[in-house]
Amino acid sequence: MKLKANLISGRTADQGAHLEAKTYRGYFDACAYCELNSADLDKLGVSEGDSLKVTTDFGEVVVFAKANDGNPDGLAFIPMGPWANTVLDPDTHGCGMPGLKGVPAEIEATEEKPLDMKSLMKQYRED
Amino acid sequence: MPVIKDAVCSLCGSLCDDITVTVEDNKITKIENACILGHSKFVGMFEHDRIENPMIRKDGELVPVPYEEAIEAAAKILVNSRRTLSYGWCSTSCEAIAKAIQLAEETGSLIDSTANVCHGPSALAAQEKGSPGASLGVIKNRADLIVFWGCNPVHAHPRHMSRYSSFSKGFFSTKGRKGRKMVVIDVRKTDTAKLADKYVEIEQGSDLLLITALRSAVNGHEDVIPETVAGISKEEILELAENLKNAQFSCIFFGMGVTQSRSKYKNGDGVSSLISDLNQHTKSVMIGMRGHYNVTGFGQVATWETGFPMAIDFARGFPYYNPGETGANDVLVREEADAAIISAADPGAHFPQKAVRHLAKIPVIQIDPYANPTTEIADVVIPAAVVGIEAEGTAYRMDAIPLRMKKLIDTEFKTDEQIAKDLIAKVRELKEGA
Repeated sequence: MKLKANLISGRTADQGAHLEAKTYRGYFDACAYCELNSADLDKLGVSEGDSLKVTTDFGEVVVFAKANDGNPDGLAFIPMGPWANTVLDPDTHGCGMPGLKGVPAEIEATEEKPLDMKSLMKQYRED
Repeated sequence: MPVIKDAVCSLCGSLCDDITVTVEDNKITKIENACILGHSKFVGMFEHDRIENPMIRKDGELVPVPYEEAIEAAAKILVNSRRTLSYGWCSTSCEAIAKAIQLAEETGSLIDSTANVCHGPSALAAQEKGSPGASLGVIKNRADLIVFWGCNPVHAHPRHMSRYSSFSKGFFSTKGRKGRKMVVIDVRKTDTAKLADKYVEIEQGSDLLLITALRSAVNGHEDVIPETVAGISKEEILELAENLKNAQFSCIFFGMGVTQSRSKYKNGDGVSSLISDLNQHTKSVMIGMRGHYNVTGFGQVATWETGFPMAIDFARGFPYYNPGETGANDVLVREEADAAIISAADPGAHFPQKAVRHLAKIPVIQIDPYANPTTEIADVVIPAAVVGIEAEGTAYRMDAIPLRMKKLIDTEFKTDEQIAKDLIAKVRELKEGA
């Protein structure tokens, strides 16, 4: 089952606390997840900590599932960082700012595991 | 054992200036008053992995080299490039920013700040419609209505509400939180929204619609407002408009929900127009919730040095500015930049994939105290001192108030300012003159 979602990214306190420790496991834990509300996670048949694949017109990324019942139905949140940016919109529409919020996404359960920061960035070097 | 009071925290745009640190044997052993973000910054000096040596990528791996060799390699990249992007310079001092701008001018580079993925659209909005603001001290002492629109200070600016806004007690606001109404407008119920008197859940990307409806209500044209706008009932919109009109002094703090969503700079433009409308009835101001502690400082220094706050292109030999054309993301996504120098920022982590992919293809010089995703695609890496802890300097708070950051401990690392000066000298040498 694929869930159609509206994807946004943003800051969290944990992400901010790891701003200068991005090579650490704590940064990975703070950023490599996608929040949906519990009902949406149920629809996908996943629990917190399971893997989700998030696909947009701009790429795909595997992250962990996390519940946040503050999110309305179909609103997905990934903390700002290299995982979120894999799937966000690079187009700046002539004003300099890329589309870092409000990107249509499809989300599904997957057996794959999220890549750690160095492996994720290595892909860019090898592309 | 020296105890340093009123140290300035160099993490977010709140720039809290009441941190107490205890220093023993040139190490910070105790930190008081800092939030989770600030605490991490101060303890990071001893717990996080520093970039210990200058490095150059050879056969795919970064290998340590002497400082002079790294400076020469970096200067050669700058001199040989025809379209250099200089990016970041926001987690550093104004003094370093001034040198970075000089380096950009001498190398004909394009220089942009982290506002490119943050409050860049707010700067455009300010140029269109102005930005009626106040110092955070005025908010603390006078505001009886605080609106957080598309921002989540509980996470991004954890002490903002207790020091300057919702919870703070001031000269005319002696009741603190009890004397202030707090409204949060957001697309999801954030931890900030949970503390609000009123939470307005807006459909993502509909900010301009709500702003326009509020303006209609404030200006006495409620008849043109449909039954629901941006997922919010007309009744709720009219109530919010009344709250804004009836406040003695209100401030709309706005964040990335406003600048990164659909309509981008037009949202900020709309907020400014709404503030202008409100000022026909009462007193109201707006303040952007700035992220990097000195991104406001970049805008200030760049404006007085070049006339523009960001996205400044020196390719023509004089400063030219047109975000959308000369923004950092734009030149990367168009695959136009052929080299980049990045300091005190991390586009590897914070730029969209297409921009990072191009960065990975071109020579990248990184200046930073800590390794991060940008290091993974950098070709020359130069370690720097941590400004606000190992080096003093000036930074501008989110309300454009300059504060002097203290040096707390000694270091062997060079400052961003010194590294930029060394690069300018080496570039002049390679070009045989300025």
